[in-house]
Amino acid sequence: MTGSVWEAVAPDGVVLQAVGAGSPDAGNTAWVLISAGLVMLMTPGLAFFYGGMVRARSVLNMIMMSFSALGVVGVLWVLFGFSAVFGDSVGGVIGDPLDFAALGGILPEGAGDAPLVGTIPAAAFVIFQLMFASITVALISGAVADRMKFSAWLVFAGIWAVLVYFPVAHWVFAADGLVSGEGGWIISDLHAIDFAGGTAVHINAGVAALVLATVLGVRRGWRTHPSRPHNLTLVMIGVALLWFGWIGFNSGSALAADGAAASVLVMTIVAACAGMLAWLVVERIRDGHHTTLGAASGVVAGLVGITPACASVDVVGALVIGVVSGAACALAVGVKFRLGYDDSLDVVGVHLVGGLIGTLLVGLFATSAAPTGVDGLFYGGGADQLWRQAVGAAAVMVYAAVVTTVIALAVRACIGLRVDPEDEIAGIDLSQHAESAYDWGRTAGRQVPSPGHAGIDHSAAESGVRGADPAAAGQDREYAVTGGGRGPS
Amino acid sequence: MKLVTAIIRPVALDEVEAALSAAGVHGMTVTEVRGRGRQKGHTELYRGSEFAVDMHTKAKVEVVVADTAVDAVVAALVAAARSGDGDVGRVGDGKVWVTRVEQVVRVRTGELGADAV
Repeated sequence: MTGSVWEAVAPDGVVLQAVGAGSPDAGNTAWVLISAGLVMLMTPGLAFFYGGMVRARSVLNMIMMSFSALGVVGVLWVLFGFSAVFGDSVGGVIGDPLDFAALGGILPEGAGDAPLVGTIPAAAFVIFQLMFASITVALISGAVADRMKFSAWLVFAGIWAVLVYFPVAHWVFAADGLVSGEGGWIISDLHAIDFAGGTAVHINAGVAALVLATVLGVRRGWRTHPSRPHNLTLVMIGVALLWFGWIGFNSGSALAADGAAASVLVMTIVAACAGMLAWLVVERIRDGHHTTLGAASGVVAGLVGITPACASVDVVGALVIGVVSGAACALAVGVKFRLGYDDSLDVVGVHLVGGLIGTLLVGLFATSAAPTGVDGLFYGGGADQLWRQAVGAAAVMVYAAVVTTVIALAVRACIGLRVDPEDEIAGIDLSQHAESAYDWGRTAGRQVPSPGHAGIDHSAAESGVRGADPAAAGQDREYAVTGGGRGPS
Repeated sequence: MKLVTAIIRPVALDEVEAALSAAGVHGMTVTEVRGRGRQKGHTELYRGSEFAVDMHTKAKVEVVVADTAVDAVVAALVAAARSGDGDVGRVGDGKVWVTRVEQVVRVRTGELGADAV
């Protein structure tokens, strides 16, 4: 590899078709690297979005579930996850996890040319796709707010990523020749269109959320004591970061800084705008008010809906998908009360429903005039694409439902899923993380000095707050009450 | 000495503060509290789910005054806390009550009783 053309040979000897070598295109590389950063920002953005929607005593746990998803998936991804998704396919079902284990064959060696995926360094593609995997796992956590053991969440997140996300992402994202020779069945054989993850990300996470919420059970006091969002400004900051990051999520999926990326960005933005307005209109008619949380939710619904479709529809299609997603998700979030599952933050109502709408509407609104489009039903293409979309969505739903159920039951049997009832009432932050998010005042607690901590008199500290500081204790004695009151204490 | 406790609308706090000051009472303790009386609650909406709020945020004002000043202080406080311009305000304007105080000590000097008020 000394300056010569890098030979794309995986460790097991499979000659890869698309991982080539050479000098990457600077513009494309810059855009994908920036997009990776944008998508990365979505996970903490989701943490704030979700965090603001729970009660003050649960916000840290909610945030931690998103952040920890980044941690767990990030490690699994570089070890074998990327390879399981983009390695040479085993029957269209899963990539060979050993092809690029520990990113072997992906990173540039020495000063040699970088291995490429298309025109960008393979490493840029790896990190971009890592962010998709992370946020997909993080999305699920919105359904389990306030009540899931954090240890159980970590274990679930890791196992779910391996057994559900990696295979499904392989089906949907690993096109033949994109990275390795043989790709996944949905994109390569079925030819369903999912540009940036309507099935692999949103339907997948939405189904997992439904299953996990059902296995976990409803929160104490659900329906009788509604959990009011504790900080809607945090929700809005979160959704702003999500929207911003979604630019990279969708437009970065073009893997190039070109016209397709620009077109995708237009569709992404307008669908989100339409989604927001549609949700607000539904609220105004149904409830009499257009709410802040509704605006935020409508933006996300529109973004979810357009995600699979953003490269295969025109502006009219994008607007329709945004409107339908926004309105349908606004109506769908109430279904949980009728069916009795506690999808706390509406992962099902927004991501599963929005993902399904976007995926299916591709079959209606796709147009060959769009960058990666074919003609859908409304553009003279017949029902051909529609059934492909339906089969792809159904396959992901069934697989995710079955395997997530097995994982959830197994984790529940081994380490338990729920925190103790007392901890749930007191707030999950305290029991799971020994922290509370907000310092409500100086009377809320006192320092407990650790043994050996310099400058602290432990014998005094243990006797009470004032005793913790000998100087303050001395001052107290000067405030003796005169004129017949009590003497110094 | 008497402790005058008033639960008032938070927006009335500035006027109450000014009225008490005009009545010669400069020290006071103000606390944000929640509670309910005859005032009905309101409904908040989160993704279509209604959340009934029937504990209202109020301000609690506490002042300790000499026995001779109680009536004037209470009158000033009530006038300032009552909403609108007429003689009768609205439900939710609050409540004032007076309790007997056994002893008061000024922490800084140790003064007792009326001197400490």
